[in-house]
Amino acid sequence: MRLPSRIRPPRLTLARSLGFVLLAAVVLALVSEALSSYNDLQLANGAYYFAVLAGLTLLTGLSGQISLGHGALMAVGAYTVALLIGNEHWPVLPALIAAVLTSAVVGVLVGAAATRLRGPYLAGVTLAFAVGLPALAGKYPSTFGGANGLVINPPTSPSWLGQSFPLERWEAWIACAGALVVLFAIYNLVHSAVGRSLQAVRDDEIAASLCGLRVARLQTLAFVVSAACAGLAGGLLTLVLQLAAPGAFTLGLSLALLTGVVLGGLGSILGAIWGAALLVLLPIWSNDIAHAFSFSTNVTNNLPLAIYGLVLILAMLLWPSGLQGALGLLGLRVSTSLKNRASTRYPVGGAGQERAAARRGGASPPQGREEEEVR
Amino acid sequence: MSGKRTVRVVGCVCVATIALIAGGCGSKGNSTGVSSTSVTFGTHQPLTGPAAPGYSEIAPASVAFFEYLNAQGGIYGRKIHLIIKDDVYNPTQTVNVVHGLVLNEKIFGIFEGLGTPTHTKVVSFLNTEKVPDLFVASGCPCWDNGTAQPYTFGWQPNYTIEGKILGQYIKQHFASSKVGVFYQNDDFGKGGLTGIRDELPASQIVSAQPYEPGITNVAPQISSIKASGAKVLVDFTVPIYTALGQLASFTLGYKPQLVSSSVGIDPTTVGGLLKTFSKGKAGTELIEGAITDGYLPSVGEVSNPWIALFKKVHDTYDSSAPFDGNVEYGMAAAYTLAQALQLAGKNLTREGVVKALNEKGAQLTGPGLVPYRYSTSDHGGYAGAQMGQVKGGVITQFGPRLITTPEASSPITTYTTPQAAPPTTGVSVP
Repeated sequence: MRLPSRIRPPRLTLARSLGFVLLAAVVLALVSEALSSYNDLQLANGAYYFAVLAGLTLLTGLSGQISLGHGALMAVGAYTVALLIGNEHWPVLPALIAAVLTSAVVGVLVGAAATRLRGPYLAGVTLAFAVGLPALAGKYPSTFGGANGLVINPPTSPSWLGQSFPLERWEAWIACAGALVVLFAIYNLVHSAVGRSLQAVRDDEIAASLCGLRVARLQTLAFVVSAACAGLAGGLLTLVLQLAAPGAFTLGLSLALLTGVVLGGLGSILGAIWGAALLVLLPIWSNDIAHAFSFSTNVTNNLPLAIYGLVLILAMLLWPSGLQGALGLLGLRVSTSLKNRASTRYPVGGAGQERAAARRGGASPPQGREEEEVR
Repeated sequence: MSGKRTVRVVGCVCVATIALIAGGCGSKGNSTGVSSTSVTFGTHQPLTGPAAPGYSEIAPASVAFFEYLNAQGGIYGRKIHLIIKDDVYNPTQTVNVVHGLVLNEKIFGIFEGLGTPTHTKVVSFLNTEKVPDLFVASGCPCWDNGTAQPYTFGWQPNYTIEGKILGQYIKQHFASSKVGVFYQNDDFGKGGLTGIRDELPASQIVSAQPYEPGITNVAPQISSIKASGAKVLVDFTVPIYTALGQLASFTLGYKPQLVSSSVGIDPTTVGGLLKTFSKGKAGTELIEGAITDGYLPSVGEVSNPWIALFKKVHDTYDSSAPFDGNVEYGMAAAYTLAQALQLAGKNLTREGVVKALNEKGAQLTGPGLVPYRYSTSDHGGYAGAQMGQVKGGVITQFGPRLITTPEASSPITTYTTPQAAPPTTGVSVP
């Protein structure tokens, strides 16, 4: 059984998706004009989070590999940009391309190891990577600046935008441009033969290899693509903060990224947008909530983290398939009830269908749903 | 009829134009964050994380002192507010929270932003945005350049000045002892090391071991200093690493004379940390006899009128915190901020407060034992310090008050002007 075609997003061809990305660029540019400097900065933060989450959702949602090390891959991109712009005075675009290539190369190495490992062992290796790599900055302080980090000058906006063009808006534009490139690439990859092969590998490796798919090569490819996205995100982060320091790429970041894709909705690009928005907004909200009460300073100082944890637990209990899954389910319910209201000829079947949909969507992540449908 | 109306309209336009021009003249300069009844500052502080022990008391103590002043009507009728943001001593977080304070909360200025690795990442942003960056809570030499960073002002003595004063003491009293230095691997530790090297012959410093903030094991550094045969251990460390270093020394059976910069030796803080880390087995006795320097009167000196004032404010507004060096620091810096606002005059602008500090900052007197260095080109804070020693869990100060400059081989001289007592209300300015 297939999902009703109404709730499936229409599949876009290459040209149409390019058109959509350009439209999104215009919308984002208009939005950034309307926002204050501070919110432009938050938009930029959200954009680079989206870049890394889109890559991670490809890796985890589509190819079924888990990575706790994407924070470290962001660090690779971040330090590449900081070194190239800070020391070699490269322009922004080549530095970002270099960040993508460098992190892709690191992705090849980690990905090659990753294909030989499964489940908790893969998580373990990528975890070690997340812990170990940023520590290199402290090991070679003369190159990487130690805990102090590397500082770069803010990117200067082109002269045709005028002298008074706010720096924060320019940063938001750069970050959004990067995010849209990632969106275009990942969308078309997911809906290509490679994307379908990755899904086949995720669902059953043995069946996929019997069909002639090269499992290890596909899994490595997924890792490299997601590493490249993470590298771009790291480079964008450096441009926005004008700083690459190990404190930005803690284990906490790697875990937050995984949280972001799961909360947003695993395996869906829209989910990556929700995830990015949550990663930017949740810390701000939890901080505001913590300060809304007059607790003792020790409680107030540590409350944001506790609220953050509580939200995660609640979200996982209420929407195990993430925000995108919850919205999809809501859409399904609305469309079913509309259908019921329109035709009263099959009232029993309609309600049963709704219950079944609720059970499927609510209890298992999207890939589980597909499996059940196949059966 | 219509002629009369024209005259009236023209008259209105003229009046409005004059009012606009006059208004423009009156508010010359930027007064974001200022109203007729309040002025709002923001700060980034390590409320949680590795630097939080001790340092998390500083900004709340400043707020307590502002509350004391606000209860008397504030400065020119403006109450001073301080928005405190936690940056976990993580430079990336510092950038985020300072962007938020300046762009979103519309603060007048940053006050007492804490830490060298953290604050260095926002100085360029604050100066580009022309936001006053007053009295950075760090003695990094990097705040001193008033020409390159006109909006940033230091407050506590430059670490190189501290290093020189500590170095001179070692030269005078431990001339034949080998010296080992344990320092934070950033501009804080390196600034201090520069001062020590300026005073001591290179052959006397047998080992200099850096640590990266965030690590938890300092035994390799301490055993390396022990192996070099150093009899004097100089610490340029934040309190948590002073404590870890002393515990490592204790475990290794290494008993050098400890000489610590004022930054890392507050006995209440370090003693508490030692107690926590050793699960109650050790405490202040591990830093007993340590030599240090100080630029404010010791909190143990109850007869000092400034300590009496701060204790009174502490007991009224901040009694949940221990009355220690961190609380004194926060209140003394708050007093200086209030003085700066008083100097800047009734029409408070960002440019005005900078101009006032450039012109009259060096004449300010207050809780400090030594004068400030403020001038248009030099934004360094206190010009020196007095030596002190940890005795019975408190710092006892001794000897003359010493002043110098960070320049290599500039002389260390004695400062003799007696300390003025605090005013009964408000703040006093020259």
